[in-house]
Amino acid sequence: MVKFFGRFAALRGVSASFAPGKLYVIVGDNGAGKSTLLRVIAGLIELSQGSVTLLGAPTAREVAHRIGYMGHAPLLYDELDGMENLRYFAGLYGLHNDSVCREGMRRVGLDPDLERRVGQYSQGMRQRLSLARAVLHDPELILLDEPFSNVDVHSARDMAAILGGVRDQGKTIFVVTHQTALMEQVADEFIHMSAGKIESRRPVKPLRVAANTAGVDR
Amino acid sequence: MSTATVTRSTLLKDLRMEWRSKDAINSMLFFSLLVVVIFSFAFNPTAEESRLIAGGLIWVAFLFAAVVALNQTWARELRNQVLDAYRISPAPANALFLAKVLGNFLFVVVLEVLMAPLFIVFYQLRSVGPVWQLIVIALLGTWALVVNGTFFAALSIRTRSREIMLPLILFPISIPALLAMVDATTSILTGDSSPGFWMKMLLVYDVVFTAVCLLLFESVLNAE
Amino acid sequence: MKPLSLAFVLFTLALLGFSTYQALFVAPTEQTMGDVQRIFYYHVPSAWVAGVCFLVNFVASIAYILKRSSNADALAAASAEVGVVFCTIVLITGPIWARPVWGIWWTWDARLTTTLVLWLIYVSYLILRRFAAGSQTHLLAAVLGIFGFVDVPIVYMSIRWFRTQHPSPVMGGGENSGLDPAMLHVFLWNLLAFTCVGIILTASRYRLQRLENELEAEHARLALAGGGR
Repeated sequence: MVKFFGRFAALRGVSASFAPGKLYVIVGDNGAGKSTLLRVIAGLIELSQGSVTLLGAPTAREVAHRIGYMGHAPLLYDELDGMENLRYFAGLYGLHNDSVCREGMRRVGLDPDLERRVGQYSQGMRQRLSLARAVLHDPELILLDEPFSNVDVHSARDMAAILGGVRDQGKTIFVVTHQTALMEQVADEFIHMSAGKIESRRPVKPLRVAANTAGVDR
Repeated sequence: MSTATVTRSTLLKDLRMEWRSKDAINSMLFFSLLVVVIFSFAFNPTAEESRLIAGGLIWVAFLFAAVVALNQTWARELRNQVLDAYRISPAPANALFLAKVLGNFLFVVVLEVLMAPLFIVFYQLRSVGPVWQLIVIALLGTWALVVNGTFFAALSIRTRSREIMLPLILFPISIPALLAMVDATTSILTGDSSPGFWMKMLLVYDVVFTAVCLLLFESVLNAE
Repeated sequence: MKPLSLAFVLFTLALLGFSTYQALFVAPTEQTMGDVQRIFYYHVPSAWVAGVCFLVNFVASIAYILKRSSNADALAAASAEVGVVFCTIVLITGPIWARPVWGIWWTWDARLTTTLVLWLIYVSYLILRRFAAGSQTHLLAAVLGIFGFVDVPIVYMSIRWFRTQHPSPVMGGGENSGLDPAMLHVFLWNLLAFTCVGIILTASRYRLQRLENELEAEHARLALAGGGR
């Protein structure tokens, strides 16, 4: 895979395959191409050269309902409250069920009845809502870009454990993050990127923690 | 997620957001008022002459006001990069486009409804021809401006100097529609001739360009 | 330059010289307008070439949308530029012709106004090409190229109707004025010459654009192999 933004080569020949049902953590310096790789997998970016096959389909668009993406930016509407945001995005996936949204908020430790606009959320709350939005439709493939940024240590640990639990249910997860220590417990493999290429891949033996140990009453 | 459902939910979401922030509405209303007042200073004719140029003036005023609205359309989707969330979902691209066009259309029509009385008062306008024709022309013409305007606004978000790019690429293409609106309005106000041809032309323009926009929107949305 | 191209260029230069000579000296002087009318031999062929260039742009733009070929994009860029040049010639020769003959610099008749709008549309196209960011330039420009061309017949029809409502002097003697056979002869020579000039300009510009694309590709290769920037 090759991707150019103007003259800058964000991806310089990445060729890899990934097995389902695993939690991959992508690490590397800024500008290494981690976010670009994630966006390519998500189908948000067209490659300059090369191709991506995922979930058996040649393009992400075909399996869009089975992919969840959480970007670097919150991907939420500031002027709407939590439930309104989730309801709208659920509708895009054909889900018109309020209880799915309420449950989604509760799972990340947010109160569904909170009528505060997202613009007034704390950073941590926004990250959690963004995560909720990404997994609302129960996708098989989950892509998360820096999910722990600006999140307090407790919440981050909770989120990491939740991710492990989700992986245990058979989903495939890609996480881009700088916080490797947090992910050591639950990751299946660390992928190190540098200057647009995959430098190394390090499999890890994760501790299979029981899925429900994370307390979610914050 | 049929196109209709997504269009509806997106439109409602946009309307709700607009109602809450009232960003665009307030600036638009005030801007429109300013335009009407300034025009009144610049062109201060007697009643007879005013009927002749009112057709042109009214539409130029609406055009400028509409461009200000159009620029805002996509701004909301770029904040927090929330457009990505739409793109990655299975929802069809055209649903988003239609929702934005309908939203803008409603918006500009509201603006016209508010500005028209001002024009009538300042210029002491009286229509010789039937008023329903004016309404048809207004609706067809507004759609013509809004459908291309929304499309080009989406185009211009990926350019430098995006505020100036929009009118720059929109105006030349819209010239036939503008001509139609101006001449039809003038002919209805003065009762000199029938605007029949202009109505048909605007209809053709609307159909052709709505089709072209729908065909090409997906490519524009996903260009990255 | 390849020998065939060189031959074509020389041929065109000769042709242009010949047709200009024809236009200035051989063609009969027009009855009412006098020698000024000779500008017609530049005015109309330029319009023709501009029209063909924009048609090429339209086709190339569609090709780009369907195939994403950089050659299609290069052709679109080249033809738009050359088209604008010839369109400018039309817009300049028009008033020069009109002023001595009809006493006015400009008239909003159907043909001249359509040319002006055409010019505006494609100038905005060129500006978009300059201002669009990075990789989407080609796609956005192709989209605008399609819109612009689709608009042209609509523009023409609207202005013609407007003019039947509000008549004003028409330049060039109206829609259906016939041409004296001798003049037709000269006109056709000039048409051929201008078309050849148009082909050469577009081809050269196209080659230039392709070279630029190849340079980009080379940079890309280096970036891939080396440091990424």
